This record gives sequence, C-alpha cells and structure tokens, in this order.
Amino acid sequence: MLGFFDQNTLLLMIALPLLLLVVSHIFNGVAVCSTMTNLVASVGVYTLSALQGIGKITFFAASGIKSCFAPPFYFRSTINQIIVIGFYSLPIVGLTALFAGMVLAMQMHVGFTRFNAEGSIASVVVISMTRELGPVFAGLMVAGRMSSSIAAELGSMRVSEQIDALVTLHVDPLKFLVAPRIVAGVLTLPLLVFVADVIGVLGGMIVSTTLLNFSVGSYVVQTISNLELMDVLSGLAKAAAFGFSIACFGCYHGFNSELGARGVGESATTAVVSSCICILGLNYLLTAVFFGI
Amino acid sequence: MTKIVFENVHKKFHNNFRVLNGVSLKVADKEVHVILGRSGCGKSVLLKCLLGILQVDSGDILVDGLSVKKKEQHRDYIRKFSILFQGNALFDSMTIRGNVEFGLQQINRNKSECRSIAEEKLLAVGLDRRIFDLYPAEISGGMQKRAALARAIAIEPEVLLFDEPTSGLDPITSGVICHLLRDTVTKLQITCLTITHDLKVAEFLSDHSSILNDGAIIWTGKTKEMKRCGDEFVENFYRASHSILEVSA
Repeated sequence: MLGFFDQNTLLLMIALPLLLLVVSHIFNGVAVCSTMTNLVASVGVYTLSALQGIGKITFFAASGIKSCFAPPFYFRSTINQIIVIGFYSLPIVGLTALFAGMVLAMQMHVGFTRFNAEGSIASVVVISMTRELGPVFAGLMVAGRMSSSIAAELGSMRVSEQIDALVTLHVDPLKFLVAPRIVAGVLTLPLLVFVADVIGVLGGMIVSTTLLNFSVGSYVVQTISNLELMDVLSGLAKAAAFGFSIACFGCYHGFNSELGARGVGESATTAVVSSCICILGLNYLLTAVFFGI
Repeated sequence: MTKIVFENVHKKFHNNFRVLNGVSLKVADKEVHVILGRSGCGKSVLLKCLLGILQVDSGDILVDGLSVKKKEQHRDYIRKFSILFQGNALFDSMTIRGNVEFGLQQINRNKSECRSIAEEKLLAVGLDRRIFDLYPAEISGGMQKRAALARAIAIEPEVLLFDEPTSGLDPITSGVICHLLRDTVTKLQITCLTITHDLKVAEFLSDHSSILNDGAIIWTGKTKEMKRCGDEFVENFYRASHSILEVSA
C-alpha cells in the first residue's frame, strides 16, 4: 500500500476528511456536513456503477468466449465477419501504417541527426512498427471502423426485436451473433497487423531511400538484422487481444443498447470510446508483460 | 386441458416501475385467447415473460407443466412457441426465403427439406414467388407480416403468439391479415395467444379474451359479454373501442 502512496499523501488523505468533520462539528455546519455526505455518496455511486459495468462486461466476455467453443458453430457467419472486419479494413489500416512509417522515418532522421545516429533509422522504424505502432494504429483504426458498426448493427437488431426473434427460433444470440465476431476479431487483427508492419516498414524505406539518401540494400539489411522474432510475435499477440476487445465491446454495447435511434447512436459511440481506451490500456499491460518492465 | 398458466406473475423494472402486479390467467389447449389492454399496460412485457426473454420477479408461468424459471427445461419450453412480433422482426441480412429457412435449419432439417417447407409456407400465406429472394426492406409492411407469419408457422409450434398483429397496417391490409391469422389458427388447431389494444381484432380472432390493467388481469370471459360485465374499466374500454366519443373521463 505504501508503495503506491507516499507518507504525506496518506496523511493528507486521512487528515482532510477529519478536518472537514471537525470544522463541520465546531460550526455546527449542516451545509458542510451535507456537502461532504453528498460528495462521498456521489463518489460511492460512481464507483459502484463503474464496478457494476466492469462486472457486466467481464461476464459478457466470459459468456462470449464460452460460446466460441460450444456447438453449434456458425461457420458462414464467421467467414462473413472475417471478410467484413479483416478484408474491408485493409485499405484504411494499410494507409495508416504507410503514413506512420513515413513520418517515423522523417522524425527519426531529424532526431538522430542531433547525435549522429542516422544509421539507426531502419532499426527504430521496424522495432517501433512491429512492437507498438502497427498493433496500436491498426487496433484503433479497426476499433473506429468496426466497434461502432457492430454496436449499431446489434443495437438496431435489439430495437427491432430481431434478437428476441432469434431466441424464439431456438437460436442462442451469443453463439450466432457474438461468437463469430469474437473469432473474426481475434483471427483477423493479427493478419491486419502483420500487413501493417510490412507496409509501415515499406513507408519508412520509401522516405529513407528517396529523401534521406539511404540505399535500398543497406536499409533492408539493417531492418532484417535488427528485427527479433519476439518483436513481431508480441505485436501479433497484442493484435489478437485488441481484436477480442473490439468485438467484445461492440457486441456488449449493441446487446445492451437503449431503445430508439438515439440509444443505438449512443451505444455505437460508447463502443468506440471504450474499445479505444481498452486497446491503449491493454497495450501498456501487454508491453509490461512481454518485455518484463 | 390447460396449456398455459400464469401464476401471480410480478415484474418490475430497475426504476422500481411495477409493470406486472400479480397476473394470473389460464389458457386452455387449442384455445384462441386474446389479452386486451391499453397501450403501455404491460401486454408486451407479459409476452416477453412468457417467452423467457424477460425474467419474472415472482410467480411462475407454466406451459404443459414446464416452468419458464427452470433453466434445465428451457430448451423444451421455448420449442413450444412461435411468435409474430409487432414489428415483424425479420432478419435484415437474410432474404424472405432465408428468414423462413433459418428457423427450420435450427430444428435439424436438411437443406432441401427446409427449402421446400419454406416455399410451401410462404405460398400458404399468400406471398408470390417473385418476392422470395427479396430482402425485408424491399417489400411492403403487409408482405413483411405475411413473411413473418410464414416463419412463425414453419417451425410447427404448439403455441402461436401474436403481438399486436395489425399494428402499423392500413385498415384494408389489417382486415386481410386478420383473415389470414384466423384461417391459419383454425387450420393448424393449436393454442393461440394474441395481445392487442384493438377490440375489433380481438372480436374477430377469438371468443375469449382478458383485460390487462394496472398490471393485473381484471376480467376474463367471452368477448361479446364485455359490454355488460359490470366492470367500469372494461365497459369503458368496450365503448371506447367502438366510439371514442362515448369514453367517460
């Protein structure tokens, strides 16, 4: 506990409420007391609400995972989702990676020139792309594109009672709607990230060879010699986790969409925001796990 | 023989709004029963509780002795039903034929059998072959209602549920759909539970009806006896259905 808070902070945390209580007691301050009660109550309400939300989505994710491994399996629906999530996201992910690699090479050149390390541009570009930029940019782009789309689609199915209709036709909505999206997300994001890595490195090479006087041969040699298998694998593992979170948040918010057009719109927005935040948080967590920091 | 039993069913939502407040009702086997009530009185909630889509807070619903509350019985329980939803609830991503076939595929029928049954049911509800491969958004509301009915009857349920079957349809199409529903139910000889706010639909479809008000069934009997049943709300409901000018405040 003391590792997280220093001594002064802890003292302040204990002393401040006590001080407020004493002040309210001395001045018989009903207003102060009530303000503090309200403050504590609202903190409590938000905390409980947040915990409830986390609990609900964890339970939903666990049910989603379970439904991926239990028959019946909807292969056609899964293939459709792989095409929608993976194939149709290729252009936007490719473009993002291309520009990210190009900008990275330029910025590295500017920075490295200050201490005569221009020769390391290729290494930095490939390591940055495979470890961080490829997975995160691809994840964020797919989250923006697909999380909202999944939430809106399932939300409108909820509003128009199509999900209820599935139940009455003896179909488990989790197996029919959620499982194919989770499988598609987990399978296609690593493939997209692999493509993004290659295109990003290519972008860096284009800038380095056309503007920064690198030769293609030396750039490629430097890229390959400094790349480790773990760099690529960690990025792909991250991508699988991001794919899962995109599908999960999209489905969860779609399933729990409020009725009406506004409710569907809100669920789409919330799905994008929450999956983007989850991607950034997971990225930090997985980086710490993979590289032992 | 009793088919469906509602036993003191209570349901409230998160904001403590009590929708069902002790609903008790028995529907006999092969009976065509209509539950009438004002808009927002909880008719659709009652139907969703019956299907297990919403969980009842207390009380129980039994169909052939199977309880909606027992998870181990859920598969057998839900197989007894089929429903024609208020908004039809056809799957947007499937063709009309696909919608009917999809329901059949879930009960382990082979592909060619599904196709022939789907076509047979679509033709039985009066749909033309030319619309079989269109998507729900490409056809009219009346046609969607017919397609949804075809999907509902294709899986050969023991209990057929109609949720506001003429909602959103013009008077002529409503009449046509009502005839179709009555003919279908008569032909299939199955239990049918309809919920509606439209007394004319109730009178046309069934002899027996119940009135849901303030979260409870306040009257059950023969539809034609509603006019002089002695309950002020029921008589008022009857008068209002025939002329809005006769409603007392």
